[in-house]
Amino acid sequence: MTAPVIDKQTQNTNGCFSGSTLEKMLRQGHFAVTAELGPPQNADGDVIRKKAALLRGYCDAVNITDNQTAIVRMSSIGAGALAIQEGLEPVIQMVCRDRNRLAMQSDLLGAYALGARNLLCLTGDHQTFGNHPESKNVFDLDSIQMVRMVTAMRDERAFQCGEAMKGQEPRFFVGAAESPFASPVEFRPYRLAKKVKAGANFIQTQLVFDVPAFATFMEKVRELGLHEQVYILAGVGPLKSPGMAKYMKEQVPGILVPDQLLKRMEDVGAPWAGKKGEELTKEDKKARSEAYKQEGIQVCIELIQQLRQIKGVAGVHIMAIEWEEAVKTIVEGAGLYPRPQVE
Amino acid sequence: MIIAEQKSLEELKTLVSDAQNVLVVGCGTCVTVCFAGGAREAAIVSSSLRMASRLNGDKKTITDFTVQRQCEWEYLDQIAEQVAVADVVLSLGCGIGVQAIAEHFPQTWVVPGLNTTFLGIPLEQGVWAERCAACGDCVLGLTGGICPIARCSKSLLNGPCGGSEDGHCEISPDTDCAWQLIYDRLNSMGKLHLLQEIQPPKNWRTSRDGGPRRIVREDLRLAAEEE
Repeated sequence: MTAPVIDKQTQNTNGCFSGSTLEKMLRQGHFAVTAELGPPQNADGDVIRKKAALLRGYCDAVNITDNQTAIVRMSSIGAGALAIQEGLEPVIQMVCRDRNRLAMQSDLLGAYALGARNLLCLTGDHQTFGNHPESKNVFDLDSIQMVRMVTAMRDERAFQCGEAMKGQEPRFFVGAAESPFASPVEFRPYRLAKKVKAGANFIQTQLVFDVPAFATFMEKVRELGLHEQVYILAGVGPLKSPGMAKYMKEQVPGILVPDQLLKRMEDVGAPWAGKKGEELTKEDKKARSEAYKQEGIQVCIELIQQLRQIKGVAGVHIMAIEWEEAVKTIVEGAGLYPRPQVE
Repeated sequence: MIIAEQKSLEELKTLVSDAQNVLVVGCGTCVTVCFAGGAREAAIVSSSLRMASRLNGDKKTITDFTVQRQCEWEYLDQIAEQVAVADVVLSLGCGIGVQAIAEHFPQTWVVPGLNTTFLGIPLEQGVWAERCAACGDCVLGLTGGICPIARCSKSLLNGPCGGSEDGHCEISPDTDCAWQLIYDRLNSMGKLHLLQEIQPPKNWRTSRDGGPRRIVREDLRLAAEEE
């Protein structure tokens, strides 16, 4: 596939926004792979090192989540710095929930100084979901305003207040998210257009399980010409069980799980069906869980292969939540290994 | 209007526990309309406290009086004598009323009987909902008369987040997604193009973030001085 032409936007002397591997991969027209690394709910850097070892070589960059689902975790920038030490390129995620514009900008200066080159700007889950529901939220900016702020820091060397920045500006390859199936569905392509207009270089989507629905979304995206202005990475993730599929279908906003897929996952449990919980031995349960996981990975591989055929999809973002081991199998299975080398 | 809720009787008892002479002051404006602190509620609160005091055997003197508006000095003058003999004033006004009493009667200990909750409207009998965050820089002209600052859980300015589903907010199925409401309204009025413009970061200085706010109208002020 051909890479979108986005050169009209300001770039540095290398012809790049940030020169990150992810950016180069996409510019050179390779089908990009990003993965996700969730930092621990403690200060143990070895957790990051172990997860990094599972992901290294299997993705072009790894998203480091920022207090995901409003639960306190090691900071995305801190964990990202550790990932860099481990030879893994981070995509620093930053949400609007926890920082005002001062904190955002100062943390981004620090993140760049520590070597981070990719940034994903997010609104952030409301704190009522997490482990500090009594906290005060910030939402000084929204995600679109954050994209605009960080691209202006890079391209205009200006702080959000308009003051000129002296010295090194933070040069990030700037991403944003889109949830193609969240309400109101008709507005989603236009919201994506706003993010592009604000300066987003790449987009990572919410988990896709319904390929035809995503194809419809992409049709609108192409109609608006957005696929030529931004790199779109479709979000995928392995299901661990029919229970997880059902939870996502029913509980998570913006995730469509087709009935057919739910049934496919349920059918995997057929050999163990008819037995009540107490009749299943530990071994039975383990075997069933393994079978579910294997199927989940297979589904994910097939999704990647189908999504790759959609015009305007420049890569995939694999979200294997607390299951980083799965990424290797998925990437290999999807024929995306070894990853291309970029200069 | 200002919507408030009464504190629990337990908390009210604690707030007046040290006092022998308690004056309950209701307010005849907003909190009367939302059934939290009007004359009727003031009478009920004082009678409940009297009963509690009797059970407790501490024989408190508890009286009540309701003024038209606790937030204006002129209405507070009429309770000056009652206030003077009270050990504590239990205000059933909003937070403004409580502070007006404290400011007007510097020697008097005043405690709040209500939790002031929001600026809103009665949706139906017994149901109130927030409508305004008093941010000081109204954006309703861009959003079809539906406020994203007060009604979006994240006060977003550029459209719905990914947590909007079937018209409700991610925080609760009982909370409308303000951006779905805005989208529907602009759509029905042929003004969806308004949503395509990027709204810049909000200037929160006019909101509480700029510090306590104050309005000085020199035109009115000067006129008053000339009289």
